[in-house]
Amino acid sequence: MEGWRRNPLTFWIFAIPPTLWLALFFLAPLALVWVLSFGEKAGLIDIDITWRLDNYMRALDPLYLQIFAKSFWFAGLTTFACLVIGFIVAIAISFAPPRRRPFLLLLVILPFWTNLLIRTYSLIAVFRTKGVINDGLEHLWEWGNAFLVWVGLGDAQLLGAEFEPLQLLYNNFAVVVGLVYVHLPFMVLPLYAALDRMDWSYIEASLDLGAGQIRTFFSVVIPLAMPGIVSGVIITFVPALGSFLTPDLLGGTDSQMIANVIERQFKSANDWPFGAALSFILMYVTFFAIAVRSYWSGRDPSGRTS
Amino acid sequence: MSKNHRGGLSRRSFLASMGAVAAGLNFAPRSVFGAEEKKLNFYNWDTYIGENTLADFTKASGIDVTMDLYADNDELFAKLKGGNPGYDVIVPTNDFVERMITAGMLEPLNYDLIPNFENVDTSFRDAAFDPGRKYSIPYMWGTIGIGYRKSKVDGVPDDWKWVLDSDRYAGKIALMGDGTTMIQMAMKYLGYPLNDTDPAHIQEVQELLIRQKPNVKVFAEDNGQDLLLSGEVDIVMEWNGDILQVMAEDDDIGYVVPKQGGLLWQDCLCIPTGAPHPVNAHEFINFILDAEVGRDIADFIQYATPNAAAKKLLSAEYVTNPAILPPQEVIERCEVATYNGAEYARAVDEAWTRIMAA
Repeated sequence: MEGWRRNPLTFWIFAIPPTLWLALFFLAPLALVWVLSFGEKAGLIDIDITWRLDNYMRALDPLYLQIFAKSFWFAGLTTFACLVIGFIVAIAISFAPPRRRPFLLLLVILPFWTNLLIRTYSLIAVFRTKGVINDGLEHLWEWGNAFLVWVGLGDAQLLGAEFEPLQLLYNNFAVVVGLVYVHLPFMVLPLYAALDRMDWSYIEASLDLGAGQIRTFFSVVIPLAMPGIVSGVIITFVPALGSFLTPDLLGGTDSQMIANVIERQFKSANDWPFGAALSFILMYVTFFAIAVRSYWSGRDPSGRTS
Repeated sequence: MSKNHRGGLSRRSFLASMGAVAAGLNFAPRSVFGAEEKKLNFYNWDTYIGENTLADFTKASGIDVTMDLYADNDELFAKLKGGNPGYDVIVPTNDFVERMITAGMLEPLNYDLIPNFENVDTSFRDAAFDPGRKYSIPYMWGTIGIGYRKSKVDGVPDDWKWVLDSDRYAGKIALMGDGTTMIQMAMKYLGYPLNDTDPAHIQEVQELLIRQKPNVKVFAEDNGQDLLLSGEVDIVMEWNGDILQVMAEDDDIGYVVPKQGGLLWQDCLCIPTGAPHPVNAHEFINFILDAEVGRDIADFIQYATPNAAAKKLLSAEYVTNPAILPPQEVIERCEVATYNGAEYARAVDEAWTRIMAA
């Protein structure tokens, strides 16, 4: 790529605006927060930058490590569920007739046109005790019970004396379902892009040469889709790890994630330096995970297909 | 960010520049000479102004009002901490008025521009958190108590025990998501002062709330009234005004301030430092203190007004409703939250993190 040497003007015209944008709106604020993480509160709004590691030491308290671990567990579970569901959806779309694919992709992207808060509130309406799911189940229960009465088994109360609504909301289950719901498009799109580029004659070859469906899927499709899987996993896992709205609104009394703690440091606890340190620990761990992942996929020859 | 705030890279300007980044570099125009442009930026709580108040104000003064909403005082404080992004009137609660005064975040008021202040009840003309009312005008006041579904709860649950220390309503209890308030209410239940900073007592509260957690369905994010209305829970700790709004929709919902007393709060109209339209802000505050305007707001949002002239115009139904204006002996057992220092804030946040993680 020596093109920029021949056309330096064109290169700079195209390179400078995004570089400035990145520096001004990403690197500069990030650097401010990084500096802040070495600070110490001095009064209500003043912060002394002492360059001490106190905030980081405090973040290593088992209390916070336990919350980090829980956040990783939630985000990991979310990513895994998104991967399984997303793979099915992506394969379904890539097997659909080409004319229908743009429409199906539109359906995947459509939720993004609605605000996250509204989507989360609509999940509350679906899951709550008198929500859509429980109302539907209650109707089924009533029909079932009416049928039992009609066949003369009304006294046996085979379906219970009365309908017991499912407790779907305000627990960890609701948080993970909410996270999966919100992050699924992030997984489907890169998976679809990888599957769409794939040369399906490899699969025919694999089947012709005697591999079964399952073996073909795991030995041919998955390795070929690996770049899509890697980017899907990363762009699902990272935002899921930093979620705070979903656990706030859908979670129960023990669904606190690390981003909820960070949010409180910038709000009620009014301890920006500690919040900044927690944020950076989260970021370092994420970088580390991505680095390990890309190192691993770099060593694996099947991961370098495109 | 006005130019005269630019200096060397002091800590404050460091924070101010952070605020500018956070606010998306909002260079609010600031008129230095002559009349202000006919605009006002009002930063308020949700559902906390009369139905037509802003339109009436625009009609009366020709000033266009833009209203942004915040969900809690922390959000308000965090937004203004790094420098005012362009708001003219804000509505902080008493302890945050105190914090913002200490931090130099409020502009002193010019009472020559607020003649309607004489409408304010004499008992509200001074305040412990703002001696002499130099910075704050009382807007609304109220309590935190227990909202409950009458058909599902035995009698009147006038004891904090029912939500804080009992499995009688297990799985049907919602508490508040604000850690500081939760810990302060639990202090009242344990018989300590609301603003108790004793670490041993904070520890005791932490143990109490961890013990009660299995019985609690959710620590609600300012939506306890909706949970009560939708039947998700039967008994909830909430602000009185929030419960009153759902009481209007459902006769089966009641409200009581428990016998141990609770928190008495007061929201105030204030002008933040660096407000681009301070004259308009005074005119707006004066307008709100008008008897009829105050009556319309209080009638619509159903909070207790400190405006004596407005109260005279309100219906008997409003004035005698104990959930709006609690009985005097209950008020006497309530306390106002004060700003208790950074160490307290940290201790309370750590206790709350432990409670939520347990």
